[in-house]
Amino acid sequence: MTIAQIVFLVISATTLVASILVVTSRKMVHAALWLVLSLGGVAVLFVLLQASFLAVVQVVIYIGAIAILIIFAVMLTRRMMYDTGSPINRYWWAGALAAVLLFAGLVVMLGQIPSITTQASALPIPEGELLSLLGTALVDVNGYMLPFEVASVLLLAALIGSLVVARPMERKTEEGDKR
Amino acid sequence: MDFNFWDPFTWIGEWLLNLLVGWGLAETIALTLLRFAGAVVLALVLLLIGGVLFTWLDRKLSARIQDRLGPNRVGPFGLFQGIADTLKLLTKEDIIPAGADKIVFNLAPLLVTMSVVGIWAVVPFAPTLIGTDLNVGLLYIISVGSIGTLGIMMAGWASNNKFALLGAFRTVAQMVAYEVPMVVVLLVPTMFTGSMSVHAIVEGQSSLWYVALAPVAALIFLTTSIAELGRAPFDLLEAESELVAGFNTEYTGIKWGMFFASEFLHGLTISALTAAIFLGGWQGPGAEARPLLGFVYFMIKTMVVYFGVTLLRFSMPRVRIDQLLDLNWKFLTPLALAAVCVTAVAEKLALATNWSRLGVHIIANVGLLILTLGALWVRARMVRRRFETEQMRLAARSESAAD
Amino acid sequence: MHDQWTFIAFFLPVGFLAAAVAIIAGRLLGPRKPNPIKQSTYECGIETVGEAWVQFRIQYYIFALIFVIFDVEAVFLFPWAVAYNKLQLYMVLEGVLFILILAVGLFYAWRKGALEWS
Repeated sequence: MTIAQIVFLVISATTLVASILVVTSRKMVHAALWLVLSLGGVAVLFVLLQASFLAVVQVVIYIGAIAILIIFAVMLTRRMMYDTGSPINRYWWAGALAAVLLFAGLVVMLGQIPSITTQASALPIPEGELLSLLGTALVDVNGYMLPFEVASVLLLAALIGSLVVARPMERKTEEGDKR
Repeated sequence: MDFNFWDPFTWIGEWLLNLLVGWGLAETIALTLLRFAGAVVLALVLLLIGGVLFTWLDRKLSARIQDRLGPNRVGPFGLFQGIADTLKLLTKEDIIPAGADKIVFNLAPLLVTMSVVGIWAVVPFAPTLIGTDLNVGLLYIISVGSIGTLGIMMAGWASNNKFALLGAFRTVAQMVAYEVPMVVVLLVPTMFTGSMSVHAIVEGQSSLWYVALAPVAALIFLTTSIAELGRAPFDLLEAESELVAGFNTEYTGIKWGMFFASEFLHGLTISALTAAIFLGGWQGPGAEARPLLGFVYFMIKTMVVYFGVTLLRFSMPRVRIDQLLDLNWKFLTPLALAAVCVTAVAEKLALATNWSRLGVHIIANVGLLILTLGALWVRARMVRRRFETEQMRLAARSESAAD
Repeated sequence: MHDQWTFIAFFLPVGFLAAAVAIIAGRLLGPRKPNPIKQSTYECGIETVGEAWVQFRIQYYIFALIFVIFDVEAVFLFPWAVAYNKLQLYMVLEGVLFILILAVGLFYAWRKGALEWS
């Protein structure tokens, strides 16, 4: 077992345990913090796969933005301070069974693909050039230019949509204040 | 390798490596061990300097700016003041408020400190002295900084205190808001260098510093870094008269000391980053052949920026929270986006020579500044006009009421 | 390539542990005399009223939301910036178009008053 494999096993175990704790925590803020740990675990997995850019993007976006957003959303509800009881309902065994079957199916299917090995294979291009290759491809007319611009329109739609959804509450209080 | 006075870093590294290999370790293990030792040394030096030396420096500077002496009793020139303060904090009782979440409460100062110390792993001190040359260095800096934001949120929530929570919300809102122009503006040195690695950015400034090519970007970076740090004039959240002490109200002793020391270290960190990214880092006459000289240049530039930041701190009035957020979303973010667009187009239009690039970029930046000032002037005129009509209407109403 | 990250894999835990050692030293060296008054939450020296729950304004959430959008945009732009020196002018203009589309979003938010603190 190489060091990389040992690190991979430790990090994957941490990520899985943290993600289980996300759904079984009694306090919502604890669940949010376990989510942060599992997202961090995924970032380390990206590093092990030699995708440094994706690793830092994972931390910047998921932990730095989305986790904060989730924590803010959790704190919008008054119940964050209290123990809301166990979030597990009666049919947890059905969900667990489905998850285990899905996992077994995935392992069997992936095990049949010959190019998937137990060690991360080397990248065909050195990593330093990979990023500039990605950048060129994003704006290349024969590459991903259209998805790139569509992504910006998608982000615009998300921005406008979220503002429209979040604002009607504001308008009601504004009318109340004006009176 | 014989001792080269101008490059002690490589010499020390090689000497240690030869020593370890001579003791029978394989080379990769020896390298890893050396890296570990280097990490420990760097972390300890930073924590000690940030906590001890820099609090002294900051207090002395602030005292002299305010025409008083500052610490001068403990040790020569009061140099041991930081040690005395640290010892005092260590011996204070560690009070955890009732109802606080113990694990999260204790974890928060650790995360904040780790986030500040972690940035230094990619700062290039000299051509041959750097923690690690990550090829995504700039985004790494942002990512590690955002872990600090999370730590502050945890600190505020775990204190079980209304004011701490409110302070934490405001702090996180401020930090998160100012991260947007900072990340956007960091695109500019990336464009010039073609890489996100801080080491490559410093190397790319061998002919021209980026502050000359993109002064608007440099100013935005410095401003947003100061605001993200929470220093004056953006230090609303730690103002003694507001909100008690903000998110660290319930922290006592050395835990509070960790927040405090990490803030000072962060001040030094942003000075070092500005010096590296925009002021050319270790570049200077003769620095490439002589790394020690490069180290000295880098330190000088960092200290110049740090003095500037501290001077700013004691000469400007505090900004209100709504002014602060307005400044960010309505001024800095559009300006940063515009600066990136203008720089991107200008760089492609310029010829490859230094003078041409310098000329085109200066013209572009000045044009941007003129447009911005024009927009501000137009807006100020609109606001003033609206204010005057409001005044006239109020005066007319009071006249009719008096009749 | 991994050895770029080994330093950081050592550095971050070392920073964390150094701070932890300091805090543990503080815990050992300091007195420990808990009493209910010391441990009560601090509210300008008076007794606390109500639970520790604050009126969470939706403005915080909106700012965090706008931050997420612009963060993702900036992250999309980093590969473009890294490849900048190899791009031609029209490719640069495509990136500028990306920025302008999102600037429209920012101005929409501005006009709709989503950026006001009050």
